[in-house]
Amino acid sequence: MLQTLPLVFVLVGLVLYTVLAGADFGAGIWRLVSDRGTRGQALREHANHSMGPVWEANHVWLIFVLTVTWTAYPSFFGSVASTLAVALFLAGVGIILRGAGYALRSGVRSDRELALIDGAFAVASLITPFALGAAAGGIAAERVPVGNAAGDLFASWTGPVSILAGVLAVVFSAYLAAVYLAADAAREHPELVEPFRRRALAAGLAAGAVAAAGLGVLHADAHSLYAGLLSRGALACVIVSALAGAATLGFVIVGRFEAARYGAGLAVAGVIAGWAIARYPTLLPGLSVHRAAAGHDTLVTLIVAVVAGGALLFPALGLLFSLTLRGRLAPGESTPEPIRAARPLGGAVRARLAVALLIVGIGMLNAASAPWAHAVGVVSLFAFMIVAFASLVPAALADEG
Amino acid sequence: MSIPPLGAALAPVHQRYLLEARQMQALSFAVHIPLVCFGIAFPAMVLFLEWLHLRTGDPLYRTLARRWSRIVLALFAVGVITGTILSFEMGLLWPNFTATFGSVFGLGFAIEGFSFFMEAIFIGIYAYGWDRMSPRAHWLSGIPIVITGFTGSLMVISVNAWMNHPGGFALHAGHVVDVDPLRALFGNPYLWSELIHMYIAGYMVTGFLVAGCYAFGRLRGNRIPPTRYQRVALTIPLTIACVAAPVQVLVGDWVARDVAVDQPIKLAAIEGLYPTTRGASEHLLGWYTDGQIKDGIAIPHLLSLLAYHSWDARVQGLDTVPAAQRPPINVVRFAFQTMVGIGTLLALLGIAYLVIRIRRRPLPDSRWVNGALVLAGPAATVALIAGWVTTEVGRQPWVVYRVMPTADAVTGAGGIPVGYGTLVVTYLAVGAGLVWVLRRLARAPLSEREATLPGAAGATPQGP
Ligand code: HDD
Ligand code: HEM
Ligand code: HEM
Repeated sequence: MLQTLPLVFVLVGLVLYTVLAGADFGAGIWRLVSDRGTRGQALREHANHSMGPVWEANHVWLIFVLTVTWTAYPSFFGSVASTLAVALFLAGVGIILRGAGYALRSGVRSDRELALIDGAFAVASLITPFALGAAAGGIAAERVPVGNAAGDLFASWTGPVSILAGVLAVVFSAYLAAVYLAADAAREHPELVEPFRRRALAAGLAAGAVAAAGLGVLHADAHSLYAGLLSRGALACVIVSALAGAATLGFVIVGRFEAARYGAGLAVAGVIAGWAIARYPTLLPGLSVHRAAAGHDTLVTLIVAVVAGGALLFPALGLLFSLTLRGRLAPGESTPEPIRAARPLGGAVRARLAVALLIVGIGMLNAASAPWAHAVGVVSLFAFMIVAFASLVPAALADEG
Repeated sequence: MSIPPLGAALAPVHQRYLLEARQMQALSFAVHIPLVCFGIAFPAMVLFLEWLHLRTGDPLYRTLARRWSRIVLALFAVGVITGTILSFEMGLLWPNFTATFGSVFGLGFAIEGFSFFMEAIFIGIYAYGWDRMSPRAHWLSGIPIVITGFTGSLMVISVNAWMNHPGGFALHAGHVVDVDPLRALFGNPYLWSELIHMYIAGYMVTGFLVAGCYAFGRLRGNRIPPTRYQRVALTIPLTIACVAAPVQVLVGDWVARDVAVDQPIKLAAIEGLYPTTRGASEHLLGWYTDGQIKDGIAIPHLLSLLAYHSWDARVQGLDTVPAAQRPPINVVRFAFQTMVGIGTLLALLGIAYLVIRIRRRPLPDSRWVNGALVLAGPAATVALIAGWVTTEVGRQPWVVYRVMPTADAVTGAGGIPVGYGTLVVTYLAVGAGLVWVLRRLARAPLSEREATLPGAAGATPQGP
């Protein structure tokens, strides 16, 4: 139980990353395929604006997955990362280019610059989910042995299952993005709802087709996983996933996009849970969860940290998403704000206090050597900096004015 | 002292391109760390401006805070992606380090992950929420950014301090057992000096760089007298950096004494001290060859005095370990001297500025003063990187000091030079793009409403 709980965290993180960051990748992909005219332009602008405030937070789920994995299952992480180095490096380069795209877009002035940045952004948005999907496929198809780069650097992530998983990740991202953008458009750009709805349908059908074809590929290339998926609880997960997938398309047809997003999330969760159950307790060939897991104290501290972190995180995430979904963070007119009467800034120079703090700080930090003295010294020096700043700046600003 | 062989989790392999792997790691850090300085210090400056606005109602402060918050956002985006690359490299370059010790230090990064999560969320709310929230709520939404900037650096440094002064686990028959992650990360005396030193460095780098941008604007357009906008934008970051700079020298002394206690070989490399010596001299400048410093200036007894507060203290020399366990002396020494030299100059600059301000004189708007301010930012950044070179290269050949050699940590995968080359090209492109976008943001005219505000006129072309 203790040894499995972090794995559950990792899988939940993976589902959230796929759904949330997937929409973000997809928004990049749609920039590639939307036409050059003004309508294509409007679609691209919309994609950029609605992802802007949330993409960084979405992206951190990947960091979460990585750090929990290497803390709880270090040897699993080392084996996977060293063998799948090429795929992961490609994903990393894609992530750099995408992040840079967001940063650069704010300085754009001409259409040509925009086209260049959007193009690079879109290509990176294709590479990253494909590479990550292919890496996951390599693990699923048992092409990653235990050891330091013990598997083949290329064959490990270019087998049929990997290609399948990579393509599925791309198509699915495009689907999620179209659903998300259609929902978002309903609020401010009603004329964009229909184009995104049509895109969502096309991508959703494609994702369904790839997933169905995937069963055949698994049968041929990863037979033990295939057999595992058809047994025990795994089959139930796969069925839930398929039903959710069908339902989400239905929601798109009738234009209920919010429900469609949850359905899509459930479909991903079903696949990932099915995979985990089918393989449990094996992580890699010859490496079980129990052998890979870190010691008792590490696992307990990690679990406490994740639960405590989650208790802070989810309310904050809820705030961000509710502000975004209600359109509170869209660029728009500013509400003029109440200007209170100017109050003079208190600016008496607390020079004596500052000098005293500085002397205490030097004495305690630099002359004394006991740890407690160092602590007092550091606190005094920080207090010195704050007092000095607080007494100099208001005077300086008043002089300037 | 003999060190028991370590049974690494994955078998160590011979890696032809170990040096390239190290350089790739160094490059990734050299890109990430200056950016995170802005994550540490810039939000506090923006919040201070916004607070001034809330208190005085003066729209100028709001205009400035708003413009800076856009820069925070752009730099944060690049900080996030370079940090993600670092996380990848923990597995791509050093799988055996992570596989062997992930259970010891990993927790630090896991908590750090949450910290960044909160930071990303609130930066999103803050930067996009200017017009959409009540002024007070908006200001409050910035507070978590300042806190997470601190906790994020705390967590990372706790890992680095552990690598420099490992504890919180035992080696049993060469295997890592009895792991106590909290003690490993936070029960480590080495952590506190490193953390404070880095945190202050963040404020210095950000303060001097931001002030330098406006000083640069003055250099180019100093026919017209500075606008109030320009003076405010220069004064606040400059005062912060100038208050921090002298304190950084004091903290640096503390760091150095911790190094003397816990990593005597690193200290010997920093000083180029070959024979173990009582009452050792300090050498300024010069070059280390054949066990001594050539062409340096020797100050008798100073090293013993600085490191151990005693005239005749014995300082351990490089001769106490085999040649294979010494770091590259001249790299470490040169980096250290660079940091200390720059640190001293910046402290003097800081003191000079403080004296001017205490006497309530205006800062002279001359070419020399503005030129010095323009140089101070890049100089602080060089000191920052040089400090990390001292720490990290000075720890070599160990990745976990005296426990795991870097050569045992490295990946067995081929193609490191290809990856390294790709990363260099990518970072060059991103760097060029970043310079481009920052200049664009700096030149962007104030929006119409902003431009009509009192005090903002004429602020357009000379700085962000
Ligand atoms: C603005 C940047 C800056 C400035 C002006 C200074 N430092 Fe520094 N120094 C750093 C930025 C830095 C750093 C980059 O932040 C390091 C790297 C690791 C760390 O904790 O801080 C560092 C490391 C570092 C180390 C190595 C610690 C280790 O190996 O763990 C020593 C001994 C000093 N510093 C000492 C000094 C002294 C005596 C200074 C006085 C002039 C000084 N530093 C100025
Ligand atoms: C946790 C925090 C860490 C921090 C803050 C840190 C910091 C740094 C910095 C700033 C450099 C650059 C030196 C330069 O520019 O030349 C560097 C270099 C290096 N780091 Fe670290 N590091 C950390 C963890 C690691 C890890 C996990 C490893 C690998 C296992 C590592 C191994 C190295 C190596 C091998 C170099 C290159 C040294 C050389 O060029 O000889 N460090 N590190
Ligand atoms: C000197 C050492 C370091 C400090 C002080 C530091 C601090 C920070 C800070 C403050 C941020 C927030 C981003 C920003 O404001 O730009 C950040 C981002 C990040 N850092 Fe570092 N970091 C250091 C080294 C490392 C190392 C060694 C790693 C991993 C191995 C790392 C991984 C990350 C990651 C993954 C992010 C992105 C988080 C996100 O997505 O929000 N950093 N770092």
